[in-house]
Amino acid sequence: MPELTYREAVRDALSRALREDEDVFLMGEDIAEMGGSMAVTQGLLDEFGPKRIRNTPISEMAIVGSGIGAAIQGMRPVVEIMYEDFLTLSMEQLVNQAAKHRSMSGGQVKVPLTIRTQGGAGWSPGAQHAQQLESWFVHVPGLKVVFASTPEDVRGLLWSAIYDDNPVVFFEHRTLYPLKGEVPDELEPIPLGKARVHREGKDVTVVATGRLVHDALSAAEQAEKDGISVEVVDPRTLLPLDEETIIASVKKTNRCVTAHEAVVRGGFGAELAAVIQHAAFDWLDAPIERVGSRFAPLPFAPVMEQYVVPQVEDVLDAIKRTVARA
Amino acid sequence: MTAVEEKSGSGGGRVSKEGMRGFFREMLLIRRFEEKVEERFRAGELPGFLHVAIGQEAVASGVCAALEREDVIASTHRAHGHSIAKGTPIERIMAELYGKVEGCSHGYGGSMHLYDVEVGNLGANAVVAGGIPGIVGAALAFQMRGEKRVAVAFFGDGATNAGTFHESMNLAQLWKVPAIFVLENNGWAESTPAKQHLPLPVDELGKRALAYGMKLIEADGQDVEAVYLAALAAREHALSGAGPVLLHLRTYRLVGHYVGDPQVYRDKKELKEAKATKDPIELLRARLELSDDELASLDAEVMAEVEASVEFAKAGTDPKPEDALANVYA
Repeated sequence: MPELTYREAVRDALSRALREDEDVFLMGEDIAEMGGSMAVTQGLLDEFGPKRIRNTPISEMAIVGSGIGAAIQGMRPVVEIMYEDFLTLSMEQLVNQAAKHRSMSGGQVKVPLTIRTQGGAGWSPGAQHAQQLESWFVHVPGLKVVFASTPEDVRGLLWSAIYDDNPVVFFEHRTLYPLKGEVPDELEPIPLGKARVHREGKDVTVVATGRLVHDALSAAEQAEKDGISVEVVDPRTLLPLDEETIIASVKKTNRCVTAHEAVVRGGFGAELAAVIQHAAFDWLDAPIERVGSRFAPLPFAPVMEQYVVPQVEDVLDAIKRTVARA
Repeated sequence: MTAVEEKSGSGGGRVSKEGMRGFFREMLLIRRFEEKVEERFRAGELPGFLHVAIGQEAVASGVCAALEREDVIASTHRAHGHSIAKGTPIERIMAELYGKVEGCSHGYGGSMHLYDVEVGNLGANAVVAGGIPGIVGAALAFQMRGEKRVAVAFFGDGATNAGTFHESMNLAQLWKVPAIFVLENNGWAESTPAKQHLPLPVDELGKRALAYGMKLIEADGQDVEAVYLAALAAREHALSGAGPVLLHLRTYRLVGHYVGDPQVYRDKKELKEAKATKDPIELLRARLELSDDELASLDAEVMAEVEASVEFAKAGTDPKPEDALANVYA
């Protein structure tokens, strides 16, 4: 099996879709000659030309809004919002337009639009270039939300997002772009709404997203040395959520930790905790622990950033707290 | 769409007498439909709230007559006229206002979200300026596929202060997509007059096109022929590859912002004068020299259609509550 970085895996899904389907095209800031601020779209301009790899003005409302309009006409646009912080600028189009056209029209239109974006701390970008806002979108009926954590997943999920007939907000994590991983020779689409069990265990389930999947796996290895067997599940799609896999896992381990880089309050972990306690109340042996960032805008100084953002130790501590309960 | 038989091409052309009578009939139909909607709303039969466009009928009729069926529009919260003129049968619009399955949005949309994709109505939008970027995208799709179609956004003077308007104008001109931005300038942003929301005289709002290097076409929005000819010219320009057009039409809202609006903010004398001198239907009637008998007979015909639409709507099917979940995802 070939090895690709997470960045190359995103690019591979995009190029394959562009190659196979005239309806697919890309729009975004600095995505053409520059190849994107994260270098994801490097080389695509050369292969597919400026009509399909479209540099845009700095106009997030128009980027998402024109993507919506083209999607309703049967195209499959993939738009890039350079940092997920800038999704805030396009919120009206995402929330009031993309998410609602199908319902408001009584089912007359489809919006097969993919909105790719990225974020994530760990490099002192300060408060406006690394937020993790994925849970906002999980609150909006009509949107789908994906957050991929490995090269294989990001490629297969992006393909499915492009070919989904609904607007999909597709989150990538900045610190994962250089991460290498094996991928199948042929692109295998990964269905939206299907979780991945990364590691089986019997004492506690960690449901983690994005970078925290990798931190959870590290924490699980360390916990194993203390005789704690940790299962790690990545939902991969936050909306729709694969409740079945997650609940089955918690019913097996009887304990659960949720872990994401977004702030804890109102984060996706809150939704997970609610779903799990309702479906598996009688199976739980400990309160569900939530790991996430402390409740502060991301500070610049590395020492403060490190303090705010969850690390492997935070996941490990949460694992130990749940297991400590009789 | 109205029954204009000859499209006389851009610039200087005239519409046949028959065509003008077609416009008159359609504008009267829109007027009587909206008056009926007001009446039924006040009688408590219609849920939600409503905005009518009484006084702005010539914009809807004139612009939509210049479009082909495969051209698309996005409308605003004041959408009844645009929807009728683009070709949705009035009984399907009335049924929508009654929240029925037979409605043009099957009861999911209401007055502010009238859709009819078959005739190219991509939906009315309740967020001011919210539909404009989507029209840029529709036009982009037509351009990329080499289709001879235009995408048309209706919006008011209030929308020209929204970021979505500016971003859309900029992007559309940059990519020279076949779009027409119809600025339906009635001089009011809800209750706020132009002098409180525009830093330039209301009649000069078309100048905003110049900032984007966009073609500006202007016409008197109360003169349906002028609107129609201007819209034809706009369509021709947009399809030529030369880029989009801002079609600036000065019009008058002869009613409040919403049905029931006491208009405490509006000078009564100004409103009275506008009603006396700016009503596009009265202006056209005078021009066509319609006799009282002719008008009465036409009116009776139109009223019968409107009444039939109410009957159709009332006899419609209520959605099942759980249908609410049916169209969230494709």
